[in-house]
Amino acid sequence: MSLADRLTRPAFVAGVFGFAALASATGWWLLRPSDPPPWTDGQIGLLRSLWIGSLPPLPPDPTNAVADDPRAAGLGHTLFFDTRLSGNGRVACATCHQPERRFTDGTPKGNAIGESERNTMSIVGAAYSPWLYWDGRKDSLWSQALSPLEDSNEMGGNRVAQARVIVDDPRYRAAYEALFGPLPDLSDPLRFPAVGAPVHDATLAANWRSMAAEDQALVTKVFVNIGKAIAAYERLLIPSPSRFDAYAQAVLDEDPAAQQAAFNANEVRGLRLFIGEAACIQCHNGSLFTNNEFHNTGVLSFPGEVPDQGRIDGVRMVRNDPFNCRSDHSDDPNRSCPELEFARDGVELIGAFRTPPLRNLEGTSPYMHKGQISTLAEVLDHYNRAPLAMIGHNEAKPLNLNGRELEQLEAFLETLSAPLETGAGQPGNQ
Amino acid sequence: MAADRSAAGKAVSNRLVVSLLLYLAPALALAADRELEPVDDSTCVTRSGVYRVSYTSDLDPIAINRIHDWVLHVETTQGEPVAGAEITVGGGMPAHDHGLPTSPRQTEELGNGDYLVEGMRFHMNGRWEIVVAVSANAGRDTCVLSLTL
Repeated sequence: MSLADRLTRPAFVAGVFGFAALASATGWWLLRPSDPPPWTDGQIGLLRSLWIGSLPPLPPDPTNAVADDPRAAGLGHTLFFDTRLSGNGRVACATCHQPERRFTDGTPKGNAIGESERNTMSIVGAAYSPWLYWDGRKDSLWSQALSPLEDSNEMGGNRVAQARVIVDDPRYRAAYEALFGPLPDLSDPLRFPAVGAPVHDATLAANWRSMAAEDQALVTKVFVNIGKAIAAYERLLIPSPSRFDAYAQAVLDEDPAAQQAAFNANEVRGLRLFIGEAACIQCHNGSLFTNNEFHNTGVLSFPGEVPDQGRIDGVRMVRNDPFNCRSDHSDDPNRSCPELEFARDGVELIGAFRTPPLRNLEGTSPYMHKGQISTLAEVLDHYNRAPLAMIGHNEAKPLNLNGRELEQLEAFLETLSAPLETGAGQPGNQ
Repeated sequence: MAADRSAAGKAVSNRLVVSLLLYLAPALALAADRELEPVDDSTCVTRSGVYRVSYTSDLDPIAINRIHDWVLHVETTQGEPVAGAEITVGGGMPAHDHGLPTSPRQTEELGNGDYLVEGMRFHMNGRWEIVVAVSANAGRDTCVLSLTL
């Protein structure tokens, strides 16, 4: 049979066409743009749990009677930016917690009068956490706010001088007395030295010891109330909806057009990894992307330092803290402190640090408890490898993701940025 | 004829065995799958069969990251409420090899075999096991409650 004859035979023609059709179908199947599979009910449940619409109301703080008083928040807002509370008159809370950097400072460890022990944590959403600091050594916002005020590396102030700032400034005096009642009279230099505090500094400590216990209590009450006013301000620092929330909302509304408008394919895949294979959601869960618990994830110690013990020290410190939930400075008559009372011990806490929230990572580098890691890509690489911990046991397991997947995760994390719900800049500038 | 019939019978029974096996495979697979996904146990019987323990939570449904209380009901396997028991509670997530984020404790005996356990909290989604140890007149015995969040 000649070639021409063969080409005109119907069976041959059909075969050729059939093969061509099969080849193109295979080609299309292999090369088609791979639409992500639809979210399952379980995955939609997880998206809902991360969505900002699921953020519960602020948990009440019964230890702080002015926690939700707008007048206290106004006073606290001003105090947050007031450098007169510091030892050298040049440092305020806002020196390390800079609003324009999501209340962090862009350095590995906080830099104020000296260098802090650890990386400056953001305050945004902190009111939701039962524990403050990387090691949870404080159990309320107000108690946390007191530490930097007298820490020689941070604000380096002292409570007698700080009480005098409130007493001597007519605006502070009026705001304070409206909230907390009459201020003490600190004018007798024999009873009240110019400076003094129960700190390491020999002069400050000697001055403090020279005071009568009742006078120390009068000053400490003002000091504590400064913390409570600052806490009332910090409770207002809540993140607003991000692009991720627009996407989650669109998924919940079953609105494909809004989903496409909110997220590109890479971001969707990154989200899928976040709640699935990469298992980030195990610790970074809930609307603030944190369980506020303590985990050892094998982060290397800061160069030249012995490994940080983390929570194992923090839990001991919070139990002994003179300003903890059980202290006389609490405004809760019941002294109900379930978090403190049922806080756990144990080897799992060695080298464990509090899970940081992931909203607004942008502008908050460097990352980790000592700012050991500079970029998000390096953070993801760390979790991808899950190295052995220097002390304790790394809870995380290697993820073995490829480079593309790590980029997708990073793309997703960048969708969590959004301005604050409330204005938070310098007082008077809003 | 007889030989034919027996050969035909043999063929039929062979086919029957094969088809039964074919049916059995997916059934076994399903059974194995069920075993892989353990069912949550809000009630457990202690190892030596002395007590039966069940829980109710004051946070219902139980949500992650919220400290809350449980009431454990302890009875004998014959259904008699157990009084005067000392209860300890532990546990964790078997898949993650870590314990509870808190140290919950029995704080009160409520009567009728009920005991208040305060300080429960779960900080991750997934399967949790709560190990309950009961010490009472009938001896000390433990059992495991489980829940998936």
